[in-house]
Amino acid sequence: MTTLDSRVTTPVGSLAASREPRPSPPTTLIEVAGPSRPTKRVLLPRWLRKLYGPVALLLLWWSTSATGLLDPDLFPPPGAVVGATTDLIADGELFLHVWASIQRVLYGLLFGVLGGTVLAVLSGLTRIGEDLLDSTMQILKAVPNYALTPLLIMWMGIGEEPKILLIALGVGIAIYINTYSAIRGVDNALVEAATTLGASRAALIWHVILPGSLPGFLVGLRLALSGAWLSLIFAETINTTEGIGYLMTRAQNLLQSEVSVLILVIYAVIGMISYAFVRFLERRLLAWRPGFQGT
Amino acid sequence: MASRLPGDVIPSASNAPVPEGQAPPEAAVVVTGVRRRFGDHTVLDGLDLTIGAGEFVAMLGHSGSGKSTLLRALAGLDPEVTGSVLVPPQRAVVFQHPRLLPWKRVLANVIFNLREPDARQRGYAALEEVGLASHARAWPATLSGGEAQRVALARALVRRPHLLLLDEPFGALDALTRIKMYALLKRLCHRYRPAVLLVTHDVDEAILLADRVVVLQGGRISLDLPVTLPTPRSRSEAGFTALRARLLSALGVEERVGDADPRDASQGDAALQAADPTDGVDSSGARSWSAVADSPEVSR
Repeated sequence: MTTLDSRVTTPVGSLAASREPRPSPPTTLIEVAGPSRPTKRVLLPRWLRKLYGPVALLLLWWSTSATGLLDPDLFPPPGAVVGATTDLIADGELFLHVWASIQRVLYGLLFGVLGGTVLAVLSGLTRIGEDLLDSTMQILKAVPNYALTPLLIMWMGIGEEPKILLIALGVGIAIYINTYSAIRGVDNALVEAATTLGASRAALIWHVILPGSLPGFLVGLRLALSGAWLSLIFAETINTTEGIGYLMTRAQNLLQSEVSVLILVIYAVIGMISYAFVRFLERRLLAWRPGFQGT
Repeated sequence: MASRLPGDVIPSASNAPVPEGQAPPEAAVVVTGVRRRFGDHTVLDGLDLTIGAGEFVAMLGHSGSGKSTLLRALAGLDPEVTGSVLVPPQRAVVFQHPRLLPWKRVLANVIFNLREPDARQRGYAALEEVGLASHARAWPATLSGGEAQRVALARALVRRPHLLLLDEPFGALDALTRIKMYALLKRLCHRYRPAVLLVTHDVDEAILLADRVVVLQGGRISLDLPVTLPTPRSRSEAGFTALRARLLSALGVEERVGDADPRDASQGDAALQAADPTDGVDSSGARSWSAVADSPEVSR
């Protein structure tokens, strides 16, 4: 009895009570790299793999139409849409309308980007600019663009001006909000370092603050581009006989469902091109920034 | 920008108010009665400091003791200090983080804001001196920490500063890179002879590099020691260890590192010493580095 007691209690009790080193805990090893782990294989180039999603959607559309799961009167099969497209291309209508819309968006972008950038720089760099502009812009941001349409028509009539202005306003606000906060977010440590190198205020703005706010500006540009095509839909409900919006209204009135679907495809393609354009700008202008490449 | 600040007057060497018998005839920095408060907290409390032309001064102090505050005042970055701060107009700062402009390539960073027509050649030469000429076209983000800090050093030295301000420039580097940087800095300083103020909390670094070590405590210089060790210096010399112990005790730090829990009274220490009686404990009680660290040769 006594021998058993001492064997059980003594070692355990002394280990717990003192601060003597404890034995290292046992460890099981797992393999995180080695011959038995398969290496990742790349079968297709990156740009092709990016098309997985759209291609899958197309296949779904085609197969549900072919099996009659999709009512062809409500949602036309791909073949009908292709037919409508070739007709519209053949009589030159498609190009006319798409080009009219692209022109409006480009003008809207031009004025919106210029205006938004100038205002953001003014209010980002000066206290008085901030006091004058910032709350106004934040309020404007809260107003839906579409609500301005009646006023714009009363002021400017039904020509191109209110359409372009409507787009430019949306673009300008997106650019302003992002560029302004990017300017205010430029690392003060860099501004200080440049100051110790004797940089003047102009040099600080040109070499430190503006390049530092470029990533924010490009985020704004990306939002502005998608916003511009949204504004375009509203803008082209203002009396017009040209543009994708007109084509859409006409298709609705004439119950041309395949043209309606074509409009969707056009917006999708334009959206992809806009996105690719901003990505291109980012790669060129932000080459200095090591970005996360994804896995 | 610097000359517009109130405390920042640039005197000629002859009329500088140098306290008698303290400063070399030609002074690069004369600071008298400098004060700086942050709210209720007084960080610099009537501090005096003189640095001679070409002199390398290291400033030690605990975190928050005001080392960086003083350095920022000398750099002209703090318009709110009061007192008199006299510095040369050509100054350059190397911060703890390199602070390179990420959107400019390495060479463009080095020659940033230089207006001389031969700026590119000079910038390239400066990069060569820090061993990074091959990286002239690289983006800063692709550099390692040590490389980026060498670029920052090149950016400072290409301006031929009369006063070089170093704000814990090696604090973010790994120990091996740091040793190499000591030698590089010492070589370049010997070549260009700027006055240097090195702010650090690494006692060894201060002794290895400086002609003079000052300790900042309670908003003033509490200790001002010349370092008379011959160069090249190494951590294993007897004089080094003595100076180190003195500076550590001035900073109120005792360095004893062991496995035993200090709460276990003294028997843990006794056991440790019994196990290895030669375990690098020198006469002053501070544990010597010779047992654990390599001994970098710092030459000039």
